Amino acid sequence: MTTIDGIDNGVNVQALLDAREALKAAPEAAQFTWRSTTRWENGVHSTTTVKDFAGLGAEQSHKASSTFTADHPEVFAAEDHGITPIEYLLVGLGSCLTAGVASVAQNRGIQLRSVEARIEGAHDIRGILGADSDVRNGYNGIKVTFNIDADASKEDIEALVAQSQKRSAVFDALTNPTDVTVEVA
Amino acid sequence: MAHTTTVVIGAGHAGLAASHFLSERAIDHVVLERGEVANSWRRERWDSLRLLTPNWQSRLPGHRYEGPDPDGYMTMGEVVEFIDRFAALSDAPVRTGTAVTSVRRTDDGYHVTTDDGSLTCRTVVIASGACNQPAVPGMREAVPAAVEQVTPLTYRGPDQLPDGGVLVVGASASGVQLAAELRRSGRPVILSTGEHVRLPRTYRGRDVLWWMDASGVWDQRYDEVPDLPRARQLASPQLVGAPERATLDLNALTAMGVELVGRAATVRDGEMLFSGGLGNVISLADLKMDRLLNTFDEWAAGTDADVKPPERFEPTRVPESKRLRLDLRGGEIRTIVWATGYRPDYTWLDVPVVDGKGRLSHDGGIVDSPGLYALGLPVLRRRKSTFIHGIEDDAREVVDHLARYLATLSSGPDRIGST
Repeated sequence: MTTIDGIDNGVNVQALLDAREALKAAPEAAQFTWRSTTRWENGVHSTTTVKDFAGLGAEQSHKASSTFTADHPEVFAAEDHGITPIEYLLVGLGSCLTAGVASVAQNRGIQLRSVEARIEGAHDIRGILGADSDVRNGYNGIKVTFNIDADASKEDIEALVAQSQKRSAVFDALTNPTDVTVEVA
Repeated sequence: MAHTTTVVIGAGHAGLAASHFLSERAIDHVVLERGEVANSWRRERWDSLRLLTPNWQSRLPGHRYEGPDPDGYMTMGEVVEFIDRFAALSDAPVRTGTAVTSVRRTDDGYHVTTDDGSLTCRTVVIASGACNQPAVPGMREAVPAAVEQVTPLTYRGPDQLPDGGVLVVGASASGVQLAAELRRSGRPVILSTGEHVRLPRTYRGRDVLWWMDASGVWDQRYDEVPDLPRARQLASPQLVGAPERATLDLNALTAMGVELVGRAATVRDGEMLFSGGLGNVISLADLKMDRLLNTFDEWAAGTDADVKPPERFEPTRVPESKRLRLDLRGGEIRTIVWATGYRPDYTWLDVPVVDGKGRLSHDGGIVDSPGLYALGLPVLRRRKSTFIHGIEDDAREVVDHLARYLATLSSGPDRIGST
């Protein structure tokens, strides 16, 4: 495990820095494809599994398959077997930014004691219900509030959080448009 | 065919500084210039532009500003005069109106073709500038035809643009200056900003560029900069060389009524889409400015510099409601100014030293081909490399290397003595 002056947030920063150097010369190896498969169960209840992906020029697998149940709450007249799909975006954003905070902290020699991100996504559901065509389907705004206990000044912690956003895949995917193609096989 | 020891390409301040040191070492050379001396300053700058650096910083080898207003900022006419005077003082062998169309490697040097004949030489110094072409993103193709599109290389002044709204894309020095000028002309202005460099014009009673100079930040060498590729791509700071020495950061623009939006992401179905990450690029710039000011304060604490007490600036105000999309078809926006940076033009360089991103492969100006050199590129040898006063140290060192290289050539008509 990488440690800088005994700092250990459990992130192997050296491996990441090495990968950055290696992939500069081999951009094709940097091309990853992430995959998921969603199966309809019943109603608005579905099950998604994630196991395989591609990257570093080869097929790859997680150690184990993960299963995610999505449904809608009872106030949506659904059975609530799991969280709503739009809540999964918050899961992705929170875990991505938190991973970024840990990595950047490790790289900057900042020992973290606790990190908590509270996220609120403001959603006007008139969009998805088709009740008002001026209302968008997705979030109108997302607010992330970090509570971080670390051996660092407030300014350094703010810089951690800023850098984490700057290098976040999910932050980018949510804040910038992405071309999405949906086909019927 | 004509032969010389060294061909310098470009008679701007960089090429002329190279010529100065070549003459000092009695190295036979010619400076090839496609237009006139200081051509880009004459023809590729907008009318109101002034240097970002105060007059007292305008210095070239053996030549410095000696006018009555050391704290002022030169107009483009004054810059041209200043560089012209330097060319005359150093008696630079400039061939104006001579555009280089090809540089090829030969067995013992380079073959330089121009639109007015060709010549051979042992060494070449590329000083053709870092800002030959505007770097405009591909989304420009999708902008509706009714919207006029300009870049800072073709923009001259507000009168040239149609009345109506302007979208300025990019918040470097060019972007903030043009946004301010166009807003003052009475037009509604939206400024799209990604990562940017915020600086106050003055700090603790001194020009902020005095601090960059005095504290040694500008002297940091390229091989000491932690992330050199990033430093070389950094946007120019949000500064304007205005006589009133006013700060022109995003808060100043907001106060003028300029609307801020996030980084331009794409144009889709006639709409421009902006990143929702505006808050973060603003935080990054504020944090970085404060870190730089801390560096200044730490330096000042160890000197008897005549400066006022430390100060901190109001955080940049993030707009309450951020526009994420802008309809380019409705007539609200009549003009887009792409202040999205510049890039050098090496289409004439037939030596394989340009990487996939169009950047010259060099180590502190020593290009990856024997006898080929570069000057006047960002953080070439120091953080100050692209500023007028930054060229002296770079040019001296690059010409030192060039002279040592010539000395190693064991034979040839222009072998010179050891340095």
